[in-house]
Amino acid sequence: MDFQLSDDQRALRSGMRDLLGAVFDRGRLRAAVERDGALDRSLWRELGAAGFFALRLPEEAGGVGLGLPEAVLLFEEAGRALLPGPLVATHLAAGLVKGAAEGEAVVTAVAADLPAAHLAEADAVLVVDGQAPPGLPGDVLSGDVSGAEVLSGEALGAFVAAARPVRSVDPLTPLHRLAGRAVPTGAPQAYSGALHYEAALLTAAEQLGSAARTTEAAVQHAGERHQFGSPIGSFQAVKHLCADMLARTEPARAAVYAAAVTGDPAEIAAAKLLADEAAVRNARDCLQIHGGMGFTWEADVHLHLKRAWLRAASWLTVARAEELLAADLGAAGRLPRSSAAYGRPVPEAGGGG
Amino acid sequence: MDLAYTEAEEEFRGRLREWLAAALPGLPAKPSPDDWPARRAYDTAWQRMLYDAGYAGLHWPADAGGQGATPTQHLIFLEETEKAGAPYVGANFVGLLHAGPTIAAEGTAGQRARWLPPVLRGDQIWCQGFSEPDAGSDLAALRTRAVRDGDDYVVTGQKIWTSHAEVADWCELLVRTDPAAPKHRGISWLAMPMDAPGITVRPLRTLAGSTEFAEVFLDEVRVPVRNRVGAENDGWRVTMVTLSFERGTAFVGEVVACRRTLDALADEARRTGRWDDPVLRRRLGRLNAEFRALWRLTQANVSESERTGGVPGVGGSVFKLRYSGVRQELYEAAAEVLGGDAFDVDREWVLDRLSSLSYTIAAGTSQIQRNIVAERILGLPKGR
Ligand SMILES: Cc1cc2nc3c(=O)[nH]c(=O)nc-3n(C[C@H](O)[C@H](O)[C@H](O)COP(=O)(O)OP(=O)(O)OC[C@H]3O[C@@H](n4cnc5c(N)ncnc54)[C@H](O)[C@@H]3O)c2cc1C
Repeated sequence: MDFQLSDDQRALRSGMRDLLGAVFDRGRLRAAVERDGALDRSLWRELGAAGFFALRLPEEAGGVGLGLPEAVLLFEEAGRALLPGPLVATHLAAGLVKGAAEGEAVVTAVAADLPAAHLAEADAVLVVDGQAPPGLPGDVLSGDVSGAEVLSGEALGAFVAAARPVRSVDPLTPLHRLAGRAVPTGAPQAYSGALHYEAALLTAAEQLGSAARTTEAAVQHAGERHQFGSPIGSFQAVKHLCADMLARTEPARAAVYAAAVTGDPAEIAAAKLLADEAAVRNARDCLQIHGGMGFTWEADVHLHLKRAWLRAASWLTVARAEELLAADLGAAGRLPRSSAAYGRPVPEAGGGG
Repeated sequence: MDLAYTEAEEEFRGRLREWLAAALPGLPAKPSPDDWPARRAYDTAWQRMLYDAGYAGLHWPADAGGQGATPTQHLIFLEETEKAGAPYVGANFVGLLHAGPTIAAEGTAGQRARWLPPVLRGDQIWCQGFSEPDAGSDLAALRTRAVRDGDDYVVTGQKIWTSHAEVADWCELLVRTDPAAPKHRGISWLAMPMDAPGITVRPLRTLAGSTEFAEVFLDEVRVPVRNRVGAENDGWRVTMVTLSFERGTAFVGEVVACRRTLDALADEARRTGRWDDPVLRRRLGRLNAEFRALWRLTQANVSESERTGGVPGVGGSVFKLRYSGVRQELYEAAAEVLGGDAFDVDREWVLDRLSSLSYTIAAGTSQIQRNIVAERILGLPKGR
């Protein structure tokens, strides 16, 4: 056992951080906010060229041939940097939707009654059945259907026309409300079990990156800002908020990394639950520590909080994660123990883990 | 990131399991929690069994009488012994987890040879005489005086909250050897024999009803100078070595045990029908996430110490802060599962609920852990 990043994994992570520092610095982040989160297609292609979307495709299929642990490290960096766009859906669509792997296509996902992100800009949409991952007994959750459908071309046009744009609470994520519940009607083209769990895990990784970033921002501000003749970080009321932020981030990190290695559904649920909580609560504490500045549009902390809210509502909500984790307990423990349990991986899309 | 155990590690696990299966039925009956001499006998008998089988001081270095096992083998040992229902370290706690590692790290060859083998064999029990009535969180404010007189220190003062004092052979004692120096620089670390004249032990009753700890009064107790570990007035640094051990490795078995308790709570709730309450169910589900994460965090910490080959660092404070709170939540949930039975002290989990209350206090309170995390890990300025 060696539950630490390998040298290659460290290099991959720092490479991603450098890349984002170069192609998505704070100036570009704020520019993205100014244009209401509209995607920068050339940035999308740059991510594609760097292997962000094709990471888990086999090398024979033009991919990078890496697994979920590596994907999780990249998504953590994306979450740190507040990188906009339907990153998870496009990554999962690599190999399934033409151009997704290369960053030529933007693929978003819609599920249940959640608003759809970046719908107007999408070249394809994954319509995923229900918000509930399969694997739970029907008496705990309903919606145990295993289909995901890809919409593009005319069908996509009609789908978008029926949706209504809303003023998004998150300045980096344009949203549409759908007319009704999203339900795939055609033949399933991907197994939604893998989609749900992998999407939940990659989303958790973004939350982790955000939680770590808001901790850093809070600590930095607490060390610089003076009141009563002292740095505010010398006051325990502030200091202890910062300590609790780290005590949320580190268990979440262990859970996310472990889930990426095992692919165990219960472990993924634990990762999502703890990472959601770390991202949302750390952003709140970071906001509080920034005082009046934290309530401004100018400070980045609201961007972290709003994005964290949206991610927490996506793929595996607190309520569903807790039910899943409850079902896993006891001698009756009814959850399958490995990624094999939630079925075939998305065709050609790596499956990883 | 590799969670798979190596072949050698699995082989180690297999041998250990076999030994546990053969050895555990030979244990004497569990003593009553209030019978301290019997508890001591039981805990040391178990330690002796470990010693004879070559599992004592597993991860201690060879020059301390240990087996030089890797941190991962130690983790496997703690996991498997807990899963097999083996006894806890119990009264051997201070010897194996505080005083012993300190002597191993800071003692002379002679001191290691004198004190460590009896700990590993289960012949001798240690207690920890750090806290005083006016020195708890502010441990460096301790006032127990040690005055040099020839080859002895003459020690006078009072210790409090000393666990296992009644049955201990030795006490790792912090004393003030230079009252004029700044408070952190006038402290020394002594090994005090508990049968020395001038020691009075007065047991204190905990809120759980038993006498887990005691007041220790010291009236001109003579402790030989050669019983000092580390240089005179360097005891604070020596102590920090001990405390980082305490925060780094002490809870591995407990996390395994908590996960088993959680499973048992789910089974019990299903049996009684309380499982139909989604609030309770989700509460238990959340605890599942917490303990899974704490287990993974433990593995990450163990792998880190395997790589650095070092003493566990302040990262243990993050773990302790989170774990102590979550353990209390576990037993609050247990009370909900028990319903009306939660008020019967003889019912399983009720005493655990009571003793869980000490977790945010003992070994550095949660407030102190937050100070440590904020100042030493995050680098925030010290308060005034
Ligand atoms: C079950 C149990 C077993 C123990 N066993 C031993 C033992 O074997 N040997 C031994 O030496 N000791 C032992 N202790 C003592 C333990 O280490 C102390 O109780 C602990 O360090 C707290 O000290 P105190 O009790 O004096 O509380 P205090 O230090 O008086 O703290 C009281 C309250 O004030 C808060 N506080 C204090 N200082 C600060 C600060 N700077 N910032 C914020 N808040 C602060 C604390 O968090 C706490 O809430 C044991 C304690 C328990 C409960």
